[in-house]
Amino acid sequence: MAVRTEPFVLNMGPVHPSTHGVFRMRATLDGEVVVDIEPVFGYLHRGIEKLAEQRTYSGFIPLTDRLDYISSMNNNFAYCLSVEKLAGIKVPERAEYIRVIMSELQRIAAFLIAVGAFLNDCGAYFTPFLYMFRERERIVDLFEMVSGQRLTYNYMRVGGVSQDLPEEFMPALRKFMDLMPRFMDEYDRLLMQNEILIARAKGVGILTKEQAINCSASGPVLRASGVKWDIRKADPYSIYDRFDFDVPTQETGDCYDRYRQRVEEMRQSLRIIRQAMDQIPSGPTRAEVPHLIRPPAGEAYARIEAPKGELGFYLVSDNSIAPYRCHIRPPSLLNLTALRDMTRGWKVADLIIIFGSIDITVGEIDR
Amino acid sequence: MAIADLNIYNLVHLQPIPPDWPGGFWWHWLFFTVVIIGFVLTMVMGVIYIERRGMGRMQSRLGPNRTGPFGLLQPVADAVKVLLKENIVPDAADKLVHWLAPVIAFAPALMIFTVIPFQNGALLADLNIGILYIVAISSVSTVGIFMAGWGSSNKYSLLGAMRNVAAIVSYEIPLVLAIVGVVLIAGSLSLNQIVVAQGIPFILLQPLGFLLFFAAGCAEINRSPFDLMEADSEIVAGFHTEYSGMKFAMFYLVEYAEAVAISAIIATLFLGGWRGPLLPPWLWFVIKVIIVFFVMVWTRTTLPRLRIDQLMAFAWKFLFPMSLLNLFITALQVLAGWPTELWWLMVMVNIAITATMVLIWSKFFFKLGRGRIEV
Repeated sequence: MAVRTEPFVLNMGPVHPSTHGVFRMRATLDGEVVVDIEPVFGYLHRGIEKLAEQRTYSGFIPLTDRLDYISSMNNNFAYCLSVEKLAGIKVPERAEYIRVIMSELQRIAAFLIAVGAFLNDCGAYFTPFLYMFRERERIVDLFEMVSGQRLTYNYMRVGGVSQDLPEEFMPALRKFMDLMPRFMDEYDRLLMQNEILIARAKGVGILTKEQAINCSASGPVLRASGVKWDIRKADPYSIYDRFDFDVPTQETGDCYDRYRQRVEEMRQSLRIIRQAMDQIPSGPTRAEVPHLIRPPAGEAYARIEAPKGELGFYLVSDNSIAPYRCHIRPPSLLNLTALRDMTRGWKVADLIIIFGSIDITVGEIDR
Repeated sequence: MAIADLNIYNLVHLQPIPPDWPGGFWWHWLFFTVVIIGFVLTMVMGVIYIERRGMGRMQSRLGPNRTGPFGLLQPVADAVKVLLKENIVPDAADKLVHWLAPVIAFAPALMIFTVIPFQNGALLADLNIGILYIVAISSVSTVGIFMAGWGSSNKYSLLGAMRNVAAIVSYEIPLVLAIVGVVLIAGSLSLNQIVVAQGIPFILLQPLGFLLFFAAGCAEINRSPFDLMEADSEIVAGFHTEYSGMKFAMFYLVEYAEAVAISAIIATLFLGGWRGPLLPPWLWFVIKVIIVFFVMVWTRTTLPRLRIDQLMAFAWKFLFPMSLLNLFITALQVLAGWPTELWWLMVMVNIAITATMVLIWSKFFFKLGRGRIEV
């Protein structure tokens, strides 16, 4: 006789240890099996796009820090690029290099959190997470040297960066660059070959190439599904065309691939930083930009390859000192649209790690 | 019992303490009740300290080190904190079940120590079915955990409780089968007799049995990587999500008392119990318990958690066949009457078998159980 079971609704979040912020999932479960999920956003909505329309172009930079708050530098970068594109501002060479260095350091820092949190979701009792935080601290120390902040850096400006690198920055960066590969090898030994991790993550939550493209996924989530699409190569911005680096891709698009993708991208970021360190010229770090920028009427969209994927700012100018309209294209939100397809049929425990492997920041979803 | 007659490491010859020590049934009973409660509570505080500082060191952070010298008073501070916290019971909870659960979970953890020998003959009751008693009594805590999960009227708790029942039912079998290997060699079910029989620690003669018992034991007491009933990253805190204050403290106490109990059983069955040179026997016992517990802390900090179906598969497809195999090999060796002078050969043979089987089976096992359930 078949036992009849009844599905029930489990409310995960908005306050849950593994929803990476105030994110809510209404999961319909049949025992442990996920029948369906319904993501619910909006618990962190602050109307940031609207706020942009009430501020000057430069005055909005600190608010971009609050979008994806673990990769603030990248947010600054994307926003400044869009304003520069709108107003036709040329950035000095040295500033471009500094921006690239900061942006790649930030990418490593963001991936460290992503990978650490993913492993935490797998139930590795905080050890990898704290190890990754140890390395992230070194990067945050570097950011503190240049900007005085440890989370929301507000370092980049329209036309450059707020100030030149301090004297002690380069030696500290060099030291970090020497240490980081060793830490990466340590992670590999600790986790990449861990049988339990492989059993938990391999083949779980597969996002096929077609699905990934159809839902406009970007960043590591897209590349882990086998699509070689990186804006740094496909549509180079800033000075990325001068650096020699690879775009790693994976094949199956499961949780393990997304995890490995991030680890490999960290190595590529280290390559870029090393080249930028060797090539960085001297000179001014900020273009002559008026205090109140008044771009000609028109529109501009600039995008960058942020740690989570394509981050774009679309600005419309009516020739006033504030944007007429600002729209943000957040990678987390679009990556998340694949969640439902990826999780159906898996277990509750898988739901958590699939969600963790997408790596979202709610600040960016609920703008 | 050729193998059991061995004695190679016991430099101090110990006279067994007479069974009615310290004199008279009631005195004996009272004395050991106090000793057991004192031992469990002290050890719980000790292991909490070891876990917090040890994990701090392994995770390259400081760990609690502010309360008292070297943070030694931290468990006391913890205890005071949970005692003073408010006791919240959900409106929809089944009040009686919710209230009874921690008590029912706690009693067996304490009762296990009735038959654990602290020294030769120094135990509350030298039952001739000691190990059977432990197996029986330890299963009772499942009822407590299930009551907690059911009575809380919380879906996370219910999931945790269901996982717990599934896991315990599965892991009980390899656990018992792993014990039988030891019983075969020792020729007794009494824990004191098992320790007396350990001329060399049984971990050497029963390496596979030890590994199986350790894994199944960790699963029974809800320690990582089998901590699915709690699974903080998935179901918040599992069966004790809705517990606060003193009742939460009881569950916390149960968790660590059970960890001490399993460590004590492992020390007794596989590591020679109270036996050891130079130091007093009870101290050897405590040292061995702490060593076993430390290994549990170590696994907890290192390994990710399994999924529930993998947990089940691990019990039924890995531990169960392996424990049967271990039983078969041990039975053959005992039946054949392995000669005492060749004990080292038996040690080598068993370690070789263990290594090969674990390697082959683990490769095979991890190929299984990867699949999506269609809905």
